[in-house]
This record gives sequence, C-alpha cells and structure tokens, in this order.
Amino acid sequence: MEIFDIFLLEAVVNGILLGGLLALLSLGLNLIFGVIDVVWICYAELIMIGMYAVFMLHTQQGWPLLAAMPAGIAIVAALGAALHQFVIRPVLAAEPINQLLVTGGMLFLLQAAATLAFGIDFRNLGVRMQPILVGEMSISAPRVIAFVAALAGVGATWLLLSRTFIGTAIRAISQDRAIMPLMGVNPDRVFVITSALGGALAGLGACLLVLQYDIHPAIGLSFGPITFLICVLGGLGNLLGGLVAAFIFAQFISVGGFFFHLEWGYVIAFAFFIAVMFWRPQGILGGK
Amino acid sequence: MKPLAWIGVAALAAVPLTGIGNYPLHLIIMCLLWAYVYTSWSIMGRLGLVSLGHGAFLGIGAYTVVMLWNHYGFSPWLGAPLAVLLSLAAALLIGLPCFRFRIVGHYFALVTLALSEVTRLVIVALRDHTGGSLGATPNTALAQGNTWSLDALQFSDKRVWFYVILAFWLAGLWIWARLDRSMTRLALDAITHEEDAAASVGINVTRSKLFVTLVSAGMTSVGGVLYAQYQLYINPETVSGIGISLQMVFGAIAGGMFVMLGPTVGAVFTLLLQEGLRLALGDAFKQFPALDLAIYGLMLVLFIIYMPKGILGAALEWRARRRATPAAAPG
Repeated sequence: MEIFDIFLLEAVVNGILLGGLLALLSLGLNLIFGVIDVVWICYAELIMIGMYAVFMLHTQQGWPLLAAMPAGIAIVAALGAALHQFVIRPVLAAEPINQLLVTGGMLFLLQAAATLAFGIDFRNLGVRMQPILVGEMSISAPRVIAFVAALAGVGATWLLLSRTFIGTAIRAISQDRAIMPLMGVNPDRVFVITSALGGALAGLGACLLVLQYDIHPAIGLSFGPITFLICVLGGLGNLLGGLVAAFIFAQFISVGGFFFHLEWGYVIAFAFFIAVMFWRPQGILGGK
Repeated sequence: MKPLAWIGVAALAAVPLTGIGNYPLHLIIMCLLWAYVYTSWSIMGRLGLVSLGHGAFLGIGAYTVVMLWNHYGFSPWLGAPLAVLLSLAAALLIGLPCFRFRIVGHYFALVTLALSEVTRLVIVALRDHTGGSLGATPNTALAQGNTWSLDALQFSDKRVWFYVILAFWLAGLWIWARLDRSMTRLALDAITHEEDAAASVGINVTRSKLFVTLVSAGMTSVGGVLYAQYQLYINPETVSGIGISLQMVFGAIAGGMFVMLGPTVGAVFTLLLQEGLRLALGDAFKQFPALDLAIYGLMLVLFIIYMPKGILGAALEWRARRRATPAAAPG
C-alpha cells in the first residue's frame, strides 16, 4: 500500500510537469486564436518541424544543442509568419471554417514534407540524463527542464504582452479589431508578429519535446488534438484559461494513465472535455 | 438531365461485364465507397455543420461489426444494425448538447474532433479485443474453396462488391436528393444564415440539426461496415481519428460539398491524383512514398483559398455565369 501511494504521488508530480509543457504548447495556439481568430490545426506539425530542425542541426551539422535550439525556434517562428502571410491572409475574409480547414491542408502538407525529407524512421536525439531522486520518487530530468523552461516561456510571453508596446497593440487588436487601425496600428503587421510569436512558442515546445520523445513525421497527431482541446476547454483565446486547462488535462492523463492504461488517461481527459463543453460551452474561464 | 443520368448509371453498372481486371475494378469500388462516405458527410457539412467527428461513426461501424463477428459469431446482418444504432447513440450524445447549447463553427468542429479521437483511443486501448494499432481482420468464412458466404457477408468476387457498393452510393444520392427537396433543408438553410431569426419563425433549431446529423452519422457508419467487409482489414488509424475525419472533409470540399455529385467528384479526383502520380512517377514513387500526400495537401490549401466551392461547384457556377452573361450584359 505504501509503494502504491508513492507511485500515485509520482503520477501526480509527472502530471504537474506535463501540465507545464502542455500549457506552453497551447499558449501559442491560443494567442493566435485570440488575436487573429484562426485555429491552426497544423500547430503540432509546426512543432514537429521544429523538432526535426533541432535534431538535424545537432546531429548532422554538429551544432551544439544550445545553438541548435535557438536556431530551431527562429526557423519555426519564420514558418509561423510565412504561414500567416501566404495561407491565412488570403482566406481572412472568407468563412471562418475555411480558415480552420486551410490549416488542415497544411497539416497533410507538412507531414508529407517531413516524410519526404527525413523518412519515416523514428529519430532520437540520444540525450541521456540521470533521473532526479526526491525521497523514494525518481523524476525524469528532461521533464523537469521542460517544466521550468515552459513556465519561463509562459512568463516571458506574459511580460511581452503586458510590458511592451507591441504586446499592448496585440492585446488591443484582440479586444477590438475594427477600431485599432483608427489608432494608428497596422493590423497586418500585428498579425504577422503574433504569428511569428506563436511559431516561436511552438519552436520552444519543440526544443523541450525533442529531449523526451522520439521524432517521426506523424508525431504531431499524437499531441495535436490534446492541444486544441486544452485551448477550447480554457475558452479559445483565453490565455489564463488555457493554463488552468493544461494542468487539469495533464492530471487526467497522468493519474488516469496510472490507474488504467495510458490511452485510458487520454480517453478520460477527452470525455471530461466533452462533458465540460455541455456544462460551460464557453470554456472553464470563458467570459461570454 | 434525367435520361442522361439513367444512361450514366446503366453504363457504370455495365463496367464489370466488360471484363476489366481486378485492380481497376478495385479502384472503382473504392471510389464509389468513398464517394458514398463523402456524400454522407456533406449531407450535414453543406448546411454549416462542419463535423470533424465522422471518423467516430466510420470506426464504430467497422469495429462493431468485426468484433461481434469475431468474438460472438454475430452475423454482419445483425452486427450492421447494431453498429448503426451505436453510431446514432454517439451522434445523439454529442449532437443534442451541442445544438441545445448552440455550439457552432470552430467549437463544433473541435468538439466533434474530440469524439473521433476518443473513438480511436478506445479502439487502441481495448487492444486485447481489437488488436490495437495492429488492426483486425474478420475471421474468414471462405475456407475450402467457398467463394462467397452470405451469412458472413464475405465475397471473394469483386463484382459482387461492385454492385453492393454501387447500390449504396445511389441510395446515398437519393437521400441527398430527398433531403434537398424537404422542409428540413429549407429550415437548416435558414438556420445556417441566422439562427435566432430561424427560431423566431417557428423552426425547431435543435431538432432540425439533430435530424440531419443522425442521418449523416447513420449513413457514415454503414460506410464503415462496407469498408470492413470489403477490405477484410481494419485499423484504428484508417477508420477513426483525426486523419480520416479530415480526409472526409477535404474530399467533400475538393469536389464541392454544395452540389449532389460534388463529393463523388472529390472521391474520383483524390483517387485519380493518387493513381496518376503513381503512374507518372513510376519508380520514383516508391522512393518518395509521401509525395502524393504532399501534393494532395498543397492542392487542398490552394482549393480552399482559390476554389472554396470545389471542382464541380466551380464548374457549374462558371457554366451558369456564361449562360447568364449575354442576357445580363447591358448592351
């Protein structure tokens, strides 16, 4: 019974660590939705490209990880800006659902492009770290690093949004899109910058995931849906709601997976999501 | 148009009699099967109910029939109605609250996406019974030289499947046409444009949406049954989850989801693209297995940006405009 409890506590701790990572992953998507009113279905595929970028720079080009990671973030940020410029912008005035679907097409395109470029083999960065021992629990070091870095990323985004001029402009646009051009803000520029910022957050997520998981072209499908659902659960566009939802989801996955199977953890989290949608369709912290 | 349609159907029905090979016949069967499934999706999709949850109905259809047959020896004749009932229950479970609480647009798409992911994960998680990610094969009833078993709904002759699936495709088009002329369609059209106004003139918004959702879900799960019985192999990734759900949406969009034969054109287009690339690229295709998917994705993006009404929709619109221009031109 005693061992049982230790393992349960370990599952809870792992859930908290996973929550930080999920919070970061959903933050970029949420930011883009809040400002541009578009759901990037291919968001997880951007993360996948970022993982390959870090992997290739590190193992093929011999870059040190600390150089490959910022480069990976920059590549995904550029990709995010390009995605907005060439794919989202032409359909901004169209039916909202077309904007969702056009990024769904990008999902296939990015996945196929990665298969063409890198093949379908599973790649691993091969970073080995000693687990951290806390009492009788052993906690994986990459998860702790990911948790700390993810929270730092969330904090940096918050500072950027609340303390800088462009952050103020981004928040203003998300509140009233029609009036901001009258105040001398160019919405197009704000949209591109937000997309780049969303891409950079995806890039940071990629750097943290690449430490823990194997890379393959379809990896986006394994954590993409959960990322959207976290955003919806928190209230699409509501950054604080997304944070709370990420930690709730992570607990369901980790503790549910502990009691049953990992898939059942996901099933419970998704069922919880559907149930909440009927109770509060606007999300747990949604205002409307 | 009417006699032309009959001639077309008769010509299609005569195809297996021309003695074409098994592989071309297989392609035509798959084309008709996906045409039927895309048509089922469009029945609700074109009315503004963009569902990413149809993978759930396809998966429930396919897995219910195969599991009942393999584990309990239930004939698909009994399994198929149960599969449809189960899909309808899932559609009701997700549809009723969605429509009552007015979950529309992005939210509807993402909530239904959760449903198809739950289905995929449940299939994988029940791996002791379903075979998990490795997929499942219905126990064969075709031992000892039998070429067909009506009880197990297994036929080794592709011509039988051709006629079965042709019949379902025609039935799907018939349901589309029936619905198109019904009051429900008019009500749903009104709802698509302005939900509150529609409610104010006495349209029961929840019931109308639910009706069309149930029709679409039931048809899709029959598609899953046909897929499983024809292919004799199912896999959680190919019959449920986000991938197949998006594939249905895109097939319908590429062809044009607002016209009756649009989803069919989408299915033909997808297949021609895949087979055409395979032939054109030859050996290079084996080296680059994802090239067709890359081109497919790129074309989808271009379609949604430049041709949101799809191939057939755009073609019909262009013809209508050409006819209208001489009359409308002011001198």
